[in-house]
Amino acid sequence: MSEQFEKKVKDYLILPLFGVVCFMVLWCVICSVTDNLPNPIKMWHKSELFIYEPFAKRGEMDQGILRFTGLSISLVGQGYLVALIFGTPLGFFLGLSKLFTKSFDPIIQILRPVSPLAWYPLGLVLFELSPEPSYFASLFTISVCAMWPTVLNTAVGVRAIPQDYLNVAKVLKLSRSKTLFKVLIPATLPYMFTGFRLSLGIAWLVIVAVEMLKGQPGIGGFLWDAYNAGNYSLVILCILVIGLVGFTLDRLMSLVEGKFKTA
Amino acid sequence: MAFIEFKNVSKGYSGAQGFSPVLKDINLQIEEGEFVAIVGYSGAGKTTLISLIAGLIKPDSGQVLMNGKEIQGADPERGIVFQNYSLLPWLTVYENIRLAVDEVLSDKSKEEQDAHTLKYIKMVNLSHAKERFPKELSGGMRQRVSVARALAMNPKVLLLDEPLSALDALTRATLQDEIKNIWEAEKKTVLLITNDVDEGILLADRIIPLSAGPGATLGAPVQVQIARPRDRKKINHEPRFKEIRKEVNGYLLGLGTKPKLTLEKKFVLPAIEPEDLDHPRNLIPGASLTPIRSNEVKRERVEV
Repeated sequence: MSEQFEKKVKDYLILPLFGVVCFMVLWCVICSVTDNLPNPIKMWHKSELFIYEPFAKRGEMDQGILRFTGLSISLVGQGYLVALIFGTPLGFFLGLSKLFTKSFDPIIQILRPVSPLAWYPLGLVLFELSPEPSYFASLFTISVCAMWPTVLNTAVGVRAIPQDYLNVAKVLKLSRSKTLFKVLIPATLPYMFTGFRLSLGIAWLVIVAVEMLKGQPGIGGFLWDAYNAGNYSLVILCILVIGLVGFTLDRLMSLVEGKFKTA
Repeated sequence: MAFIEFKNVSKGYSGAQGFSPVLKDINLQIEEGEFVAIVGYSGAGKTTLISLIAGLIKPDSGQVLMNGKEIQGADPERGIVFQNYSLLPWLTVYENIRLAVDEVLSDKSKEEQDAHTLKYIKMVNLSHAKERFPKELSGGMRQRVSVARALAMNPKVLLLDEPLSALDALTRATLQDEIKNIWEAEKKTVLLITNDVDEGILLADRIIPLSAGPGATLGAPVQVQIARPRDRKKINHEPRFKEIRKEVNGYLLGLGTKPKLTLEKKFVLPAIEPEDLDHPRNLIPGASLTPIRSNEVKRERVEV
């Protein structure tokens, strides 16, 4: 047991810590060359306020780091939800119908690689007349960008359903809705969740870009604001937080994904 | 009129290499209550044959009839046990069977559906495992669930597509006995597809060999006139057992059914020069002194 324990400590504590130390050293080396970049200690002192009072709100662009993160996560959540609501059925249609695939796959393949920075202005134009164009444009951008992994993975999942399961549905003469809920959806779930996880990753990437464009309060907006104010410590703080949140979201989703792996 | 009838049925698939025929001119009649076994090679088209009866695929030509009516699509009245179990992995044993029961007994009350489901789980001796998922079951148990699901549909005919071929010999024997007992109790029409002649002899009234594909067709049926209930140990000593086995294997292995394979090979013997000692050496001066050589090109034909 003790040997196993030692191995675990080494694998999950000592080696990762070694990586962090290497990273810190590299950071300090770069700092010693250039004056602009704050070293880790200086960075910590500058951002203390935002970390010790994570939920404080002192002004529109002067809030605690977790408050900013919360704002971003909420916007990502909404956009992500819209992406799933539209993406999943679209994926099912693509998977089930060859005609649909042949008609719409080319256009999807063309729209898929378009950057969030390109969608945002289009969103602003589309929702010009709405009460909050920038909010809807952000939502639109996140959804459109985050949708594709869900669409494509769901389609692949539907196409990969073993013929055996479909034969069972046929022999039992299951109705269309029963076939969908008892056979098609459960059989596709593992693929769908892989799509959901990738989509969430992209949604989190997009939010930063969108907030930077618009300067909305949120982690990306805060980063851009800090850069403009020449406060590079806060830029680094934001990068670290964005990374940590993205990592946590991905872990959470892969836990959920693991639950749905069948057989 | 036969209960199930194939009339000149042919079926093939078109793939990358063009059209390949699987079954050709299949004629078959199954009476109600009869247990028929079709024995054939792997890949001969046995699964295609059973899919045709199940209504999962349509013949290219000819007709598949049940009660004189052409089979249109799949229907629970033809229960099928698939070769690879085909249980839905996200449902428990109970739920897998219940799914079938819900469809067939949709007009009955929830309690009756529940009782019906439990009855068939009990029939295949899985009452203790009814809340387990397929991945938590052994191969034999999964196949029993599959049999229970097919039986729970109250089918008019039970189609067994190599149900036991993936199991080990011991489990296979146990399940053969279970299928035998269930059939003797319920007297349903059964079509068993198998690659094991002995299994056919133990279970069936009639064995029909299926020749090797492509373009496989059925041979002459062999009646299994061995009294029931049959016992797997005693059956080996029946004189009829060996005869049937010989007949079926004879058809399956028979030269008439398979294309002859001829190999032609050219042998070049090594150019060593042995001397033919039977020939007296010609020692007369002036005549050739070389011995007669036996190296030459040989052609050989082998028929498989």
